[in-house]
Amino acid sequence: MKIHEYQAKELLRQYGVPTPRGVACFSVDEALTAAQQLGGSVWVVKAQIHAGGRGKGGGVKVAKSLDEVRAHAQAILGMQLVTHQTGPQGQTVRRLLVEEGAAIAREFYLGMVVDRSRQRVALIASSEGGMEIEEVAAHSPEKIKTEWIDPVAGLTDVQADATARAIGLPEAAQADVRAVLQGLYRAFVEKDAMLAEINPLILTADHRVVALDCKFNFDSNALYRHPELVALRDLDEEDPAEVEASKFDLSYIQLDGDIGCLVNGAGLAMATMDIIKLYGGSPANFLDVGGGATTEKVTEAFKLMLRNPKLQAILVNIFGGIMKCDVIAQGVVAAAREVQLTVPLVVRLEGTNVELGKQILAESGLPIISANNMADAAEKVVAAARG
Amino acid sequence: MSILINKDTKVITQGMTGKVGQFHTFHCKQYANGANCFVAGVNPKKAGEEFEGIPVYASVRDAKAATGATVSVIYVPPGGAAAAIDEAVEAELDLVICITEGIPVHDMLQTRYKMAGKKTLLIGPNCPGLITPDEIKIGIMPGHIHKKGRIGVVSRSGTLTYEAVAQLTELGMGQSSCVGIGGDPINGLKHLDVMRMFNDDPDTDAVVMVGEIGGSDEEECARWIKQHMKKPVVGFIAGLTAPEGKRMGHAGAIISGGQGGAAEKLAVMEECGIAITRNPAEMGRVMQQVLKG
Repeated sequence: MKIHEYQAKELLRQYGVPTPRGVACFSVDEALTAAQQLGGSVWVVKAQIHAGGRGKGGGVKVAKSLDEVRAHAQAILGMQLVTHQTGPQGQTVRRLLVEEGAAIAREFYLGMVVDRSRQRVALIASSEGGMEIEEVAAHSPEKIKTEWIDPVAGLTDVQADATARAIGLPEAAQADVRAVLQGLYRAFVEKDAMLAEINPLILTADHRVVALDCKFNFDSNALYRHPELVALRDLDEEDPAEVEASKFDLSYIQLDGDIGCLVNGAGLAMATMDIIKLYGGSPANFLDVGGGATTEKVTEAFKLMLRNPKLQAILVNIFGGIMKCDVIAQGVVAAAREVQLTVPLVVRLEGTNVELGKQILAESGLPIISANNMADAAEKVVAAARG
Repeated sequence: MSILINKDTKVITQGMTGKVGQFHTFHCKQYANGANCFVAGVNPKKAGEEFEGIPVYASVRDAKAATGATVSVIYVPPGGAAAAIDEAVEAELDLVICITEGIPVHDMLQTRYKMAGKKTLLIGPNCPGLITPDEIKIGIMPGHIHKKGRIGVVSRSGTLTYEAVAQLTELGMGQSSCVGIGGDPINGLKHLDVMRMFNDDPDTDAVVMVGEIGGSDEEECARWIKQHMKKPVVGFIAGLTAPEGKRMGHAGAIISGGQGGAAEKLAVMEECGIAITRNPAEMGRVMQQVLKG
C-alpha cells in the first residue's frame, strides 16, 4: 500500500527525520492560508498523487509570492497529471502539499528495500540525488553504496557513518545523518514497509540534512496490525476495479486487452494471460479467484470483467485439484446466469469429476464453449473474441 | 528414492485442528501411506484430543518426543505462522513445510535470520507443499494427478505446478518428487537448492522447473545448472504479459525497476542450456522431446 508524500513526511517526523515544514491542502484557499501560516518568501506547491515523476509532469512549482501560490494551486489542483508512472491517461490531482522553500546545497539519494536474495533489509545510498536509482545503477553503479542490515543489531553507527562517507556527506553532518538513517530504518521495520525512498535528501548550506521528498510502500499482508496506516489509504489513487476486487478477496489487475480471464492460482493466472497472447489474443486482466472458486466469487469476478467496455470474450481456467469440477461447473453456470453474460465464455476445467463438470456446462442451456486443455482453451477464446 | 520425503517420513501438522488444516490433513492421510505418516497434530489448547485418530500435542517438541516425527507442515493463519516455523526450528525438525499465505515479510525476515546455522530446512511459505507420488503427500495438491516416476518438478506456483504435473502424467512420465517452493519474496528453499537435490537423487532423470516474474532465483539456478547439472531441465516462466510494478497475486511476483521480467529470465535459462518453452501447455511435450534426445 502506498501513501502520499505529505503522509510519508509526517511519518518521518515521528521517527526524528527532519523534513521541510508543510501543510496538506484540498483547495486553493487552504493553500493560500497554508503559505501565510508557514511564512517566509518562497514556497513549493506540490501535487499529491501516488506516482513518481511529478516535477517533470508539471505537478511541482516554486512560488515567490502569495499570488504565485494561488496561481500554482489553481493550475495543479484538478489537473490530470501525466508522469512515466501514471500511464498516458494521467492521474487527477486532488490534494496539494504547500511547503516552505529549502536552500539546497547538495542532493543525495536514500532508499530502503527488502533484498530477496540476501533476505535482509538493504540501505541503498547514492551521491546522485534527484535521479531515479535504477538510472544511476545502469550508468554509474560505483556511485551506489549498499549496506545490509542485521535485524538484531539494527542499522549501526558504523554503517551509517560508512554510508555517509561513501556518498560524500560531510563529517559536520554525521550526527544528523545517523539520526536520518536510523530513523528511516526504525520506521521501515516498525511500519512493515517494503520500500522507502528519500529522494532527494538535501544538504543545506549550514550542513543540515532534510528529507525533501519521500515515499513509502507498505506490506499489504501486515496491514492488519497497522490501523494507523490503513487510515492513510487513498482509494482515489487506486484502480476502482482493483479496489472492488479486493472487497471480495479477488486478486485483479486491469490490462489493456479484450479477453477476460478468470483463473485459480496466481501462477496459472499469469500463464493463462501468456498463452492467450501466444495464440494471438490479448488479455484484458489478471484475475486470481484463489483456491475456493465459489459461486459468489465467480459471480463477482464476472461482474468485474464485464465492466470493461473492451471485453470481447471470457476464458475460465480452473485447475480444480481437490475441488470437484462438478461443483465448480455449477458455480460457473449460476454465475453466468446471474450476470447475464453478453460475451462468449470458454471454460476449461481440470480435476476430480471433470466429465461430470463438462456435462453440467453442456446441459446448462448457456452458450458455453468447453475446452479440453489450456491450448485448446486459448485457441477457442481467441477465435471467439474475434467473433 | 526421492528427495526430502518418502513413505517412512513421520509428519507433525501445526494448525491441524483449524478448518483448512482438518480438510487437508484428511486428504493427506488418505493418500498412499498417509495413514502411517501423519502421526501428530499441535494445538496448545487441545492437547490430549484427537482428530481423525491423530493425537494432538501441546507443542512441536512434545509431538516430536512422543512420535519421533522429523517433518512438520503448517496451516496456521498468517499472524502466527512465522512463530509456528520458529517453534519447529527450535524443536530441531529436519524439514518444515509452511502452506500459509499472507505472512508479513518482516516476520519472515526475522524467522529466516533465526534459522541461520540451524539444521531445519524450510519449504514455503505460500506454497502447495511437496509430494513423492504413491508414497506420501504433504500439502494441498491433488494427489490423483500424480504418477510415480523419474521426473522431478520444482515450482513457485500451486495450480501451475498441477498443470505441469498433469501434462507429465498424461504423457506417461511419472514424477520422483514435486516441490512447491512458494510465491513469497522471503522463503526457504530456492529453485537452486531443490535442483541440487534432484541432481543428486539417483531416481530422478530430468527436472521441470517452473518459475515466475520477480526476484532472480531462476537466473541463479540456471547459472548453477550450466555448471553442475547432469540431467536435462525443462523450464517455463509465467508472466511474459505481466505489466511492470504490479504485484501479480503472489507477494513475490512483481517486476520492479526493470528487474525480474519473464523474458530476461527465459533468456538466461536458455543461455544456460535449459530447454525452455513459452507455452504453458507444452511443458510435458517439451520434456518428452528432451528425453527422446
